[in-house]
Amino acid sequence: MSTGTLYDKIWDSHKVTTLPSGMDQLLIGLHMVHEVTSPQAFSSLRERQQVVRYPNRTFATMDHIVPTDSISRPFADPQAELMASTLEKNTKDFGVPLFDFSTGKQGIVHMIGPELGLTQPGMTIACGDSHTSTHGAFGSLAFGIGTTEVRNVLETQTLALSRLKVRRIVVNGSLRPGVYAKDVILRIIAELGVKGGLGYAYEYAGNVFDQMSMEGRMTVCNMSIEGGARIGYVNPDQTTYNYIKGREYAPKSMDQAMAYWETICSDADAQYDDELIIDGDTIEPMVTWGINPGQALGVSSTLPFLDQVSDEQTAREAFGFMAFDEGQSIESIPIDVAFIGSCTNGRISDLREAAEILKGKRIHPDVKAMVVPGSQQVLKQAESEGLDQIFKAAGVQWRNAGCSMCLAMNPDRLEGNQICASSSNRNFIGRQGSPNGRTLLMSPAMVATAALHGHVFDVRKELNHG
Amino acid sequence: MGNALSIGSVSGTAVPILGNDVDTDRIVPARYLKEITFDQMGDYLFYDARYDEGHNPREDHPLNQDQYQSASIMLVEKNFGCGSSREHAPQAIKRAGFEAIIGESFAEIFSGNCKNLGIVTGGLSRDHLDQLIQRVKQSPSLTLRLDIESSVLKLGEDVSFPVSIKSSHQKAFLDGTWDELALLKLNDNKIKAVANDLPYFHW
Repeated sequence: MSTGTLYDKIWDSHKVTTLPSGMDQLLIGLHMVHEVTSPQAFSSLRERQQVVRYPNRTFATMDHIVPTDSISRPFADPQAELMASTLEKNTKDFGVPLFDFSTGKQGIVHMIGPELGLTQPGMTIACGDSHTSTHGAFGSLAFGIGTTEVRNVLETQTLALSRLKVRRIVVNGSLRPGVYAKDVILRIIAELGVKGGLGYAYEYAGNVFDQMSMEGRMTVCNMSIEGGARIGYVNPDQTTYNYIKGREYAPKSMDQAMAYWETICSDADAQYDDELIIDGDTIEPMVTWGINPGQALGVSSTLPFLDQVSDEQTAREAFGFMAFDEGQSIESIPIDVAFIGSCTNGRISDLREAAEILKGKRIHPDVKAMVVPGSQQVLKQAESEGLDQIFKAAGVQWRNAGCSMCLAMNPDRLEGNQICASSSNRNFIGRQGSPNGRTLLMSPAMVATAALHGHVFDVRKELNHG
Repeated sequence: MGNALSIGSVSGTAVPILGNDVDTDRIVPARYLKEITFDQMGDYLFYDARYDEGHNPREDHPLNQDQYQSASIMLVEKNFGCGSSREHAPQAIKRAGFEAIIGESFAEIFSGNCKNLGIVTGGLSRDHLDQLIQRVKQSPSLTLRLDIESSVLKLGEDVSFPVSIKSSHQKAFLDGTWDELALLKLNDNKIKAVANDLPYFHW
């Protein structure tokens, strides 16, 4: 059992009681709500004439179903319109603040929490979305929940939870040019496997994380769940505090807050249940080739042979679905679509990295590419920097904010068996909206590079030769 | 202690749904989440694997095969239910008539979501799982009985396998408290006290 970690401290400070089942009842400090996983929960409260217990600790936005071409209402898709209007009615009836388009603060739920300063160290944070682990970048315990649990948080501000073990993942050294936070987490998942994190929270530590921006830390924590870990976090530090300071919901007294946040960091002599050490200098730009995020390799690699892999059954299924050949070089894989966006890589730094690659160039004529900023604030910032002009000049579509083609609940989706270079988080079968569409996960800079060449291409060569 | 919601055992025939890392996007594709109730979710269970592009049932999918139509127990492999936290996945499974899922391992959020709906997830060793799948394929009408308290799965009259059920889930099934809302609501004074002690609730 871990002791003295940030995980242990936040757990203990939020524990209400131990329930008869042996699970602990934990208070939730911040509850984020969106249109897809909340309507049934609000309906349950309404049917029983219950109220939201802490409406001032509950915040809503719409992200999954929003179209990214036109946001005029009603939406063209009647189902999407019903989901949006239902969220509007529910938040109004129950007194929950809603960041809709008119506020200029709409965006993917995991983008806007940090942007608004709602996400802070030391909190427990829950949302009906598995990528809630993103908020762990600030030193909070943040995790995805189902709709029954959304109801429980709305009605009691608490959840019944089982304590996890804590694995510390130390990435030492430094990242080489062309290697980004996305590559770090894909490498971690490739090493530990997609079920390696079952039963664990991941604490990310070491020089690479000390030097990493908050945007990068969010990218890594975001994909913790893809490695099976419901929670991932980084201990808060000056980088964290600098990010929060001055934001709309930041604490009024930063000095008082920082003094508290220092107390919740993992102790120097904290005990962990497990530890993994990775040399950051050995991390390459990563690309997934299969049907889960653990099937990833460095871009200079060739695809494995079935007799070399640990899980032959899943590898066989992946080769069958992707229609790739054993031993084929990753760079030989052609792409049809390039998608830059999502809660993993839809932040301003991601867009800057992609724009750096695309500036003054044109994408390959056979590729359809789009950039979908993660939030209205990212969109505004990108336009103020002229990034939208760089993308448009390169032949890339510039869209409105939302989840978009990460999961294709809106009109943005793959067709047929298209191959998509994607900065999102899941390469699952059917994930991007076509039952036989194929996804290659990679960093935004690698997606931009693939869009230029029409096939996977090593961003390091692109950066060297411009 | 028990009540009307107590679950002491699950009995029925089984259907094997094979594959590792079967994610919740495969269980219910995202385009079928655009509904404000869970009522229709059973229709979307494994939609893209069960139906072709013309929405015709694929004969090779076990859920479309006659011998498995009465199944109430799903047999799965490793890390079943990984990915998205969408409760639509266990809702679809429940609404399609399943009461238990037996497999090698389960993703965490999924397993918790199942528990909250009264669906039992039970772990089985690889060896026993292989034997079980083999037996069910040979005789789909074989009745299985999963006893929650003893955590034993009986195959017909002659064979028993130990099943791992998370102890907190086991207790909640037996007590009939798998939907925790009533228990959580008992502690409102303690909730207020914990909130009061957390600095950030006052900032």
